[in-house]
Amino acid sequence: MSVDLSVTIAGTVFKNPVMDASGTFGSGMEYAEFTDLNRLGAVVTKGVSNVPWEGNPTPRIAETPSGMMNAIGLQNPGIDVFIKRDLSFLSDFDTNVIVNVCGHTEEEYIEVVERLAGESRVQMLEINVSCPNVRTGGIAFGTDKRMLERVTSLVKKKAKQPVIMKLSPNVTDISEMAKAAEAGGADAISLINTLMAMKIDIYNRKFAIANRTGGLSGPAIRPVAVRMVYDASHAVKIPVIGMGGITSGEDAVEFMMAGASAVAVGMYNFHDPEAMIKVIGGIESFCVKTGVKDIHEIIGCI
Amino acid sequence: MINEKATVIKNEKLATGVYSTVFKTGIAGLCRAGQFVMIGTKSDSRLLRRPISICGADSEAGEIRLVYRVAGYGTEELSRAEKGDSFEILGPSGNGFPVDKAENRERILLIAGGIGAPPLLYLSRALKKAGTERERMTAVLGYRGVNAGIFLNKEFEEYAEVVLSSDDGSTGVHGTVMDAVREKEILPDIIYACGPLRMLKAVKALAAEKGIPAYISLEERMACGVGACLGCTVKTRHTDSHSHVNNARICTEGPVFEAEEVEI
Ligand SMILES: Cc1cc2nc3c(=O)[nH]c(=O)nc-3n(C[C@H](O)[C@H](O)[C@H](O)COP(=O)(O)OP(=O)(O)OC[C@H]3O[C@@H](n4cnc5c(N)ncnc54)[C@H](O)[C@@H]3O)c2cc1C
Ligand SMILES: Cc1cc2nc3c(=O)[nH]c(=O)nc-3n(C[C@H](O)[C@H](O)[C@H](O)COP(=O)(O)O)c2cc1C
Ligand code: FES
Repeated sequence: MSVDLSVTIAGTVFKNPVMDASGTFGSGMEYAEFTDLNRLGAVVTKGVSNVPWEGNPTPRIAETPSGMMNAIGLQNPGIDVFIKRDLSFLSDFDTNVIVNVCGHTEEEYIEVVERLAGESRVQMLEINVSCPNVRTGGIAFGTDKRMLERVTSLVKKKAKQPVIMKLSPNVTDISEMAKAAEAGGADAISLINTLMAMKIDIYNRKFAIANRTGGLSGPAIRPVAVRMVYDASHAVKIPVIGMGGITSGEDAVEFMMAGASAVAVGMYNFHDPEAMIKVIGGIESFCVKTGVKDIHEIIGCI
Repeated sequence: MINEKATVIKNEKLATGVYSTVFKTGIAGLCRAGQFVMIGTKSDSRLLRRPISICGADSEAGEIRLVYRVAGYGTEELSRAEKGDSFEILGPSGNGFPVDKAENRERILLIAGGIGAPPLLYLSRALKKAGTERERMTAVLGYRGVNAGIFLNKEFEEYAEVVLSSDDGSTGVHGTVMDAVREKEILPDIIYACGPLRMLKAVKALAAEKGIPAYISLEERMACGVGACLGCTVKTRHTDSHSHVNNARICTEGPVFEAEEVEI
């Protein structure tokens, strides 16, 4: 029995609903030895800004129960190198490319979006308004619904590709944020970004991460993420890409039943560089086992 | 790079809290001195892999050896491994030590602080293979002292003249490896080093003072080990090749750097 795993988001067809979560897979280059990128629904690249960003001091990461914290601070080479090196690399693969965009100000987001307007290799943009690890911009836009709506509509005016707004879970009411993105004209939303967290190295009386706080990800956050995907997808009509601790096909199915049209695998790529291929296989065998012929049968089914 | 389940061939204790584990893996045919592997735990709560340097490789037998100190959950689990157990292992990662830089050097100095010794043992074997006579190599190995035990020193004897030091004076020179270098009046024209950050800073200063090259192996918290997460960076003097800022990835551009290139 064959299962149709393809989904369409804002007019873009995905051969299957599985992609990486931005920042956990580089631009695909670093993992291409382990994962055939052609088999993925999309490659989502690491956040890119208008100019190179240095990121935060180290230590930037810490292991936590069934997860990890990070405060990378969006180190990236800037849009020029990104287009020349990373986008060229991705040209050789038969998969969608979603570029994750970051900035400190509205102008910086717009600059990157405009630079990408002519790039036919880019199928969609994901606007990161939810990074907890940079002081200005990022999360500030993602936690205030008026600012979120405003930045969404500004980006939409300049963007030539469909726009996904990536939401922060560090808010009181995720439905309000989802609605604000929709009102601003977003074509889709993705969630969740990491949860703001802290870990203390008690023997050295120091923060485990130099930035003091970091973003929590991994299986530890999965139930929170599933709830937020459920709430968000019931608040808006635009499609939702769900993520937060996905490790297997079953986890992915859970997000899809909660309302996600597609899913992203994040920190689990670090645990298993072949994780996404296994997630795709796992969704397929779930469908076969339970008699699902078209993946749409399970999207938002509860 | 290879990602596979590798089987334990042998596991033995070398000293208090220090173990040597041999794995059967294809990585043996690909690796060089200074590179490392990312090794998984069996716990579904400890999801990050642990970076451990390769201490030696036998490409014909398809075996690599890891020597490590029990520092927490993962290394403790590994230390209890028995023949036939298997672990997820990814590698070889990183750049490795530049063996060719030692070619025309008269006095090659290897400096290891504690558990920094394993990658240098692999290096000393590689240097010998490259034709370096034993007379040209000195290995200064520093240990904490009686309680922590002394390990790998006998194995270094085959390749280099060995000088020991210990914090408590129980073995060799009483003091640090740098005290031993001074006391024994070793005058190197190239240094390779691995050990605690404080020691590496001293090595960097010594190299700068003498105007000689030093290649040092750095540590940082790692998540991916393949250059994707940007978790493991070190400040560099020159613009790095990946992000075009001054933050190189230790797992990819390193772990071995020329000392004067990094801000430590
Ligand atoms: C390139 C490289 C090579 C290394 N080679 C060796 C070696 O040959 N022998 C050896 O004994 N040790 C080596 N280390 C240190 C070794 O990685 C840590 O001792 C080990 O990760 C501790 O894991 P744990 O589960 O026992 O401790 P836990 O405290 O349970 O670890 C928790 C988390 O912190 C990380 N962590 C803890 N200490 C370190 C550290 N010093 N460096 C990086 N991450 C750390 C772990 O990887 C894990 O993600 C190396 C480190 C690096 C970066
Ligand atoms: C090391 C690391 C780097 C990340 N970098 C980015 C980023 O650049 N842009 C972004 O939108 N999200 C970033 N994220 C968040 C992930 O894309 C994802 O939303 C989050 O980790 C939850 O998924 P997970 O639990 O499967 O990891 C990063 C996460 C990690 C762990
Ligand atoms: S550990 Fe991920 S980039 Fe080095």
